[in-house]
Amino acid sequence: MEDMIQMDRTISTQQDIKIEAKGVQVFYGDNHAIKDVDVNIADKTVTAFIGPSGCGKSTFLRCLNRMNDTIDICRVEGDILLDGEDIYDPKVDPVQLRAKVGMVFQKPNPFPKSIYDNVAYGPKIHGLARNKADLDEIVEKSLRKAALWNEVKDRLNAPGTGMSGGQQQRLCIARAIATAPEVLLMDEPCSALDPIATAQVEELIDELRQSFSVVIVTHSMQQAARVSQKTAFFHLGNLVEFDDTDKIFTNPQDSRTESYISGRIG
Amino acid sequence: MKTSLLTTDARTRKRNAAEARFKAYGLGAIIVAMFALVILLTSVLGNGLSAFKQTFISLEVALPEEKLDKSGVRDLEVMSKVTTIGYAPILRNALLATLEAQGIETTLSNKDIGNMISKEAAATVRNRVLANPDLVGQTVQFDLLASGRIDGYFKGRVTMESAALDANTSPEALEIAQALADAGIMQTKFNWNFFVWPDASDQRPEAAGIGVAILGSLYMMLVVLFLALPIGVASSIYLEEFAPKNRWTDIIEVNISNLAAVPSIVFGILGLAIFINFMEFNQSSPLVGGLVLTLMTLPTIIISTRAALKSVPPSIRDAALGVGASKMQSVFHHVLPLAAPGILTGTIIGLAQALGETAPLLLIGMVAFVREYPAAFTPESGLFGEASTALPVQVYNWTQRADPGFVERASGAIITLLVFLLIMNAVAIYLRRRFERRW
Repeated sequence: MEDMIQMDRTISTQQDIKIEAKGVQVFYGDNHAIKDVDVNIADKTVTAFIGPSGCGKSTFLRCLNRMNDTIDICRVEGDILLDGEDIYDPKVDPVQLRAKVGMVFQKPNPFPKSIYDNVAYGPKIHGLARNKADLDEIVEKSLRKAALWNEVKDRLNAPGTGMSGGQQQRLCIARAIATAPEVLLMDEPCSALDPIATAQVEELIDELRQSFSVVIVTHSMQQAARVSQKTAFFHLGNLVEFDDTDKIFTNPQDSRTESYISGRIG
Repeated sequence: MKTSLLTTDARTRKRNAAEARFKAYGLGAIIVAMFALVILLTSVLGNGLSAFKQTFISLEVALPEEKLDKSGVRDLEVMSKVTTIGYAPILRNALLATLEAQGIETTLSNKDIGNMISKEAAATVRNRVLANPDLVGQTVQFDLLASGRIDGYFKGRVTMESAALDANTSPEALEIAQALADAGIMQTKFNWNFFVWPDASDQRPEAAGIGVAILGSLYMMLVVLFLALPIGVASSIYLEEFAPKNRWTDIIEVNISNLAAVPSIVFGILGLAIFINFMEFNQSSPLVGGLVLTLMTLPTIIISTRAALKSVPPSIRDAALGVGASKMQSVFHHVLPLAAPGILTGTIIGLAQALGETAPLLLIGMVAFVREYPAAFTPESGLFGEASTALPVQVYNWTQRADPGFVERASGAIITLLVFLLIMNAVAIYLRRRFERRW
């Protein structure tokens, strides 16, 4: 009986898997940055990557939408499947992939254009809006989802670079979700923000979980504990432990994880 | 031992002295530079400002039919047989009549009095008559150029003492000129024609202008702008954003930097060999000049464009790629607009450099004496294919001439060139300020 339940659960979780990484290796020239990482990222959950600086968590995150392609010396081996399709297949156009897998960066990087143009840019280049009214609707919806609409609805033509850091980061999130991605990657989205802006962004991440699979890289273990359901701990390019967030923080299986979350290394 | 903050120790004194010395050196260098600039500007302006003014004599000229149109039927073919030599005595007589009417007496021979009028004046009158044959037989009012020496007298270049030693003029002639000026018949006034007239021969500096040179320089700048800007910007975008970083692109980069340092005369030799000897474009044409200057300007534009592209923060590229823009979209929608002020500044500075370049143009024959305004396009010579000259070459040309009147002309051309350069640099600064965006 016990076994049966176990099986049921595995099957049901497997259906929910959005991204499946198997034996991923990343090399920067001769430097072996990611060593044999296997991770299954579930749909409609927040997955946090934690670990000390230089452990490869950001590198791995950038593999998920092939942003590492822009680095000449970077080489990725292994399989990363999005809905069962290999994203490193030669037939895959990274541009199409990135429309499905959006990204928010560490430093808020709005385009030096108006707030409206920032959000509308993605839908425009992907042809998501048939006319101006459509586009207006997408912009409003994205800004509402990013909890920014009420603050900026009267000044959509103001430059995006003139806002506060927290607003800029939420604008970047609005820009990322405007292209209706399936996965949202966030590379330390709160590291440049003050605690209040951080709280706003964290609240936002929790809401976004309803619609997307969110992967977040963070330095802050408290943040990982607050926002994520699954946590992966990286150390020196290895995936040390990957489990439910509660388990990682209360009952880690690996001694390195325990040392890190209790502050002895990292 | 405890040291007090109120007394400076030896080490601090030494450091302060070094700093004071460095400041003094810097200030000294700037003072020397400013002094040199002031000397340059005073000398150029002192010599050249008078080029923008010119002395004219207004004469009532009787145009006798028996001299200018023997047939009496106003047949242009017959009338054009009368050359400027035929017109010169008519002008001389008009001047003599004016002197008589004013009661100015002189011991000067009629020939010397005739020489007070520029040799160009006869051509001016002849052109007017041929353009409008009905003038023959009438008495017409003309504003005619005074000769270079008379003009120089009113500008202070020629004095009674220098005229006494001069075979081309005499103190008596200057006295007549002074009397005519007092009577209001001879006037020194602003001369727009300096910017319009073509070059003139050695004997008539008073008629020389920079019209052809300005036109030639303008054509060349158009060629440079339309070739160097697109080619330079496109190649820098490719090298900076798309090309793989390997040994080949390294070699290309080093060579572009080297090309920027190649002496410009070498580009002239290259242009002579390729564009004139091999491709057989017309000598002295703005097309060849523009092509040579394009080659010379390209490295400047490429280097400044690459610097401008490099200064765009990578986060902007990441942001564009992150929302699914292609490489080309990220470059053309985001990177290029941000780099545009830098690119424009580099381009304008490159153009300004090309505008002032002389050496390569000497080698492709633009130093020739050209009086015909070059047409932008003719079926025989093609686009910008007619012989022309250019501003810096015109300056070089005039400084070689014997008549001191040309020194003034050369300085005037230099002032014009400097004004153009100042305008271009001001535009560059304005564009940079106007379109510079912060992020």
